[in-house]
Amino acid sequence: MKIAVLSGKGGAGKTLVAVNLASVAKKSTYIDCDIEEPNGHLFFKPQAVREEEVAVLIPQVNHDLCDGCRRCIDFCRYNALAYIKERLIVLAELCHSCGGCNLVCPQNALAEIERPIGKIQTGISDPVTVKTGFLNIGEASGVPIIKQLLAGLETTADSLTIIDSPPGSACNVMESVKEADYCILVAEPTIFGVHNLNLVYELVKLFNKPFGVVINKCLETENPAEKFCVENNINILARIPFDRELGLLNSNAEIAVRKKEEYREKFSALLNTVAKEVRHEAAAYSQR
Amino acid sequence: MKIAIPVENKTLEANVSTVFGRANYFLIYDTEREESVFVDNLAQSSAGGAGIKAAQTVVDQKVNALLTPRLGENAADILEAAGIKIYQAINASARKNIDAFGDGKLSLLDEVHAGFHEHGDN
Repeated sequence: MKIAVLSGKGGAGKTLVAVNLASVAKKSTYIDCDIEEPNGHLFFKPQAVREEEVAVLIPQVNHDLCDGCRRCIDFCRYNALAYIKERLIVLAELCHSCGGCNLVCPQNALAEIERPIGKIQTGISDPVTVKTGFLNIGEASGVPIIKQLLAGLETTADSLTIIDSPPGSACNVMESVKEADYCILVAEPTIFGVHNLNLVYELVKLFNKPFGVVINKCLETENPAEKFCVENNINILARIPFDRELGLLNSNAEIAVRKKEEYREKFSALLNTVAKEVRHEAAAYSQR
Repeated sequence: MKIAIPVENKTLEANVSTVFGRANYFLIYDTEREESVFVDNLAQSSAGGAGIKAAQTVVDQKVNALLTPRLGENAADILEAAGIKIYQAINASARKNIDAFGDGKLSLLDEVHAGFHEHGDN
């Protein structure tokens, strides 16, 4: 079972929900896909960390063979190549590693070389396996890191994987939810929160993913996020109260369910609710 | 010498375009012959990297200088690699810019922005 946790903005509570959900399971894998600013590892403080590099392929020019025909330049949709002073130059940050320039070159003047863009760390915070993606500062796209993070995951019914998505609804987020069985949308109970909830709501509908909402930082007063869910017939999985103690634990990078039984019960209940939803979806899907 | 100016329309009276990579046209002006040619900017509809493609167009016209109000980092790198001098255009018509350039009143562009070639990640 793979569950993605996402929200339209940063600071809504994705990592709070993802980290605590992963921690109430008997055994789980937590994957931090928020590669621009991963912070799940600060909570888990994983041990026995292994590190692997993530690289993308970019073209390398053999200037002796290049005759300046410019077919590669015309082919590249991202304009990552230019021909200046009778020399082909590669703008590495713009390259999307499609390999097309290499294919269209009639002179075989292009080869592919690896360019590192980040790394993945894997460690243990018993009983959670913690995988974290880091995008190097200044890089434009972390999609290749997310692909590598999610490649070759176990997919048995009783294994639990929690995917902590990046904020927003762009390419990074889409890549992180592609393989998910279920999406949890975390929202704040404000008008701004509703705007951001709507972004990810549109996204999960587009991807045809089963989903539910967790409303974080709930007060007794008016709750626009709840109103939005009711109006759009969206399942509210849980309401997390605006709780000073929870906030304090979280801001000290503590995992709340490891500190207090009350929180363990609440997040266990949320995990059970989600597991039921996933089973229900699987059953509904097999009947279709 | 030949100079390039991003413009909104195909006349000397047209305003200098406020953008470089996605300008409508480039005016290529020969200061000795006082001849002007307008070149379509094929980069205008690019999904990304418009500045690079636009810079390639300007470089291919073998100009010596570019007059532009602003410029992205990638485009600046390419123009510099091609040895093209980049001047800060004034907010006026192409003709007024040509005159100001001829009178030595334009200064070299000293501020290059980081470009807008992100992917909308946030």
